[in-house]
Amino acid sequence: MTICSQARDAGKGLLMIKFDAVHKRFPNGTTAVHDLTLELPEGGITVLVGSSGCGKTTTLRMINRMVDPTSGTIRLGGKDIREQDAAELRRGIGYVIQQSGLFPHRTVLDNIATVPLLLGWGRRKSRARAAELLETVGLTAEAGRRYPHQLSGGQQQRVGVARALAADPPVLLMDEPFGAVDPVVRIQLQDELLRLQQELNKTIAFVTHDIDEAVRLGDRIAVFRTGGHLVQCAPPAELLARPADDFVADFLGAERELKLLSLTTLADVPVQPATTVRTVRDDAPPPRPGSGPHLVVSARNEPLGWLDPDAGAAGPPSPVRPLRDTDSLLAALNESIASPTGLIARVDGAGVLTGVTSREAIHEQAGRRHQQAARTQLTAQKTAPATQKTAQKTAQKTAMETAPENGPENGLDTTPAPGGSAPGGSI
Amino acid sequence: MTVDWSWLSAHAGDLTTLTLSHLQAALTAVLLGLLISLPLAVLAHRVRPLRGLLLGMSNVLFTIPSIAVFVLLLPVSGLTRTTTVIGLTIYTLVVLLRNTVEGLDSVPAKAREAAVAMGTRPLRTLLTVELPLALPVIMAGVRIATVMSISLVSVATYIGDGGLGQLFTDGFQRDFPTPVVAGIVLTLLLALVADALLVTVQYVLTPWTRRPRTSGRG
Amino acid sequence: MYELFKNLGSWLVAGEQWTGPDGIGHRIAEHLQYSLLATLVAAAIALPVGLLIGHTGRGAFVAINLASFGRALPTVGLVVLVFLAGGLSMTPVYVALVALAVPSIVTNTYAGMTAVDPEVKDAARGQGMRGHQVLLRVEIPLALPLIMTGLRLALIQVVATATIAAYVSFGGLGRYVFDGLAQRDLVQVLGGAVLVAAVAVVLDLALSGLQRVLFRHRRAAV
Repeated sequence: MTICSQARDAGKGLLMIKFDAVHKRFPNGTTAVHDLTLELPEGGITVLVGSSGCGKTTTLRMINRMVDPTSGTIRLGGKDIREQDAAELRRGIGYVIQQSGLFPHRTVLDNIATVPLLLGWGRRKSRARAAELLETVGLTAEAGRRYPHQLSGGQQQRVGVARALAADPPVLLMDEPFGAVDPVVRIQLQDELLRLQQELNKTIAFVTHDIDEAVRLGDRIAVFRTGGHLVQCAPPAELLARPADDFVADFLGAERELKLLSLTTLADVPVQPATTVRTVRDDAPPPRPGSGPHLVVSARNEPLGWLDPDAGAAGPPSPVRPLRDTDSLLAALNESIASPTGLIARVDGAGVLTGVTSREAIHEQAGRRHQQAARTQLTAQKTAPATQKTAQKTAQKTAMETAPENGPENGLDTTPAPGGSAPGGSI
Repeated sequence: MTVDWSWLSAHAGDLTTLTLSHLQAALTAVLLGLLISLPLAVLAHRVRPLRGLLLGMSNVLFTIPSIAVFVLLLPVSGLTRTTTVIGLTIYTLVVLLRNTVEGLDSVPAKAREAAVAMGTRPLRTLLTVELPLALPVIMAGVRIATVMSISLVSVATYIGDGGLGQLFTDGFQRDFPTPVVAGIVLTLLLALVADALLVTVQYVLTPWTRRPRTSGRG
Repeated sequence: MYELFKNLGSWLVAGEQWTGPDGIGHRIAEHLQYSLLATLVAAAIALPVGLLIGHTGRGAFVAINLASFGRALPTVGLVVLVFLAGGLSMTPVYVALVALAVPSIVTNTYAGMTAVDPEVKDAARGQGMRGHQVLLRVEIPLALPLIMTGLRLALIQVVATATIAAYVSFGGLGRYVFDGLAQRDLVQVLGGAVLVAAVAVVLDLALSGLQRVLFRHRRAAV
């Protein structure tokens, strides 16, 4: 029996959904869920992952009684869900499924208005609410008059989310909602969901078999193994740093370390003043040979590219990808490897150069990050209310909730000399 | 073999009466068939064991020759319009039952599941999600049943009814082709008009199946 | 009512009914002969049409609408018309029966052909099959179950309708129906009707059984 106990400490301390010794055996004899005890706190995304047949979808569907457990109890907001009429219960829980499950015979607007109509809001109020939601999920009013098959896959999925949100349910169940769209659109939809979640702060149970999606979205990840066993339930960083067993480690994949890096942002990595690297305005004459690489900036001090007068023919500057505090360590490492100086250009929200950071500094933070994740468990959760966490994540997944151990002040001294050769070393 | 136009104009009134009577028999049968097959189809769709039984029974009914059905009904309802309508109804049942079950089968499982998951109760799910989505297939059945009924009414001429079919016996007995030609043409016209009307009804009832006017991609 | 069915029972089992040129055995043979010949002719016309429009995808709209138009043709009217035009022969009966069978075969063949997964056809072409090879080796084998269903439906309809031969003084099981009607002998009419239904049901069961045996391996695959 695995208990996702730390979940209790997140959110507002309120438990939204509680599985207690839940068991599900189907009539054909297969056990879909084995003795599950799991707690989902209010406000936060809990991702249920596992390969097919591991019981994650059955677990999800038991919450709105699409499947009834063989034994055990499930409580929603403290109340046993079996005490309520199934239809009434479902109207209070948003549900999004793969390929959206939209009604092909109803316009997009009427699809979204389904639950409000069931709740007896009346046609006008329901449609008005639907129109409002159309905007919330980033669709035009024109799209509302269409039929689902006239929309793209990504748009249909947005409608599916809007429909689930229509009656403003506190709980949202999502069953591989983005499974059927292409990777680019999937990432858009994931960002959109995080943005919405920051605004709405729902309690979300999200099923996927895509571990990257789980890491991107989850405040907590519950890993299931075939036969319906919950193996581990932990925040993504902890899961990546300390998988409970080989099964979880295998499931997380070989690039576990990289995923951890993708969870950490640059925010805590010190910025070295731009004076440590020579900058040259793009309208100035090119630098003399032998003067080392230069960062070319615009009149507004926006990084434009690296220029090395010693690198043979005077070509155009090699490209630079300016990084913000919200970008991940992984992106920073990639950029530092691409950069001829081993330095990355840091910019503020407006794209104006704030300074540079060396590859070493990034490495240092990555190492700290790893140790931290391995060490920190319960304590980390306590300091981070789910709302704050979501906000950070939307800003591109700040991983750790604890205060940075290092101040930016120690960064300057450790940065290598400008134009110096890039330090070697690996991640 | 030539058509005697003067006979036609002289009997325009009779032809109209027969056409209307023909249409009435066929339409009543289709409506009755729908009333009976809808609940049966829902039952057959929900309860697996009943499905084979009901569809099998309706298949056997289909193998009985139409003339035999009418004759077999004689002891029950005699030489009346009722016999005609019951006989035709039995025939429509085969097509309507099968198509309605297939129509319900064709409803995307995801749509049904979404309805249930959002808290729609079974009856409402049936009426607002399943039946509308099954409509294209059901309507295909209604069209076949209607055309078939219109064609079959003539058979009831052996039991003294038969609408336009009476023109065939009349022409046969008097060795006079004009009423036969008139009967065939009017039957075909009736079927054509009824079918066109049903297509229109379907078009109006299922706006989501129409091709989008603007490009579908967004 | 009870009396009627009791009489029907004794009519059916009476020994003298089953032998001789007017006997039930001979009538069944005649009935089968009409039905099978008509269905064969219909298949010879309808199968190529259905296969062609299914394979090329061209002319489908016209063919399908013509088929549904064909369904509306009143069989009795057609028999009488051809009889009045051409005189007494089996031709009117065959014309009517063929006209009855063609639509079912065309529509089912076409449906079977269009139900073949386009990706399978694409794969066949991708492996270098020519048009006729795709048709013969991929499309027809895959469409066969539905094609067979069409033939079965057509045959059953023809069997049920072949009673009409007796209307223009030929044989078959319709003899009992029309003689009975003329003689106001309800038992004989019912007897004929029951026999036709029995022949149709037996044929239907036999053919669907055959279909099940032939395509049993397909079910697991689906």
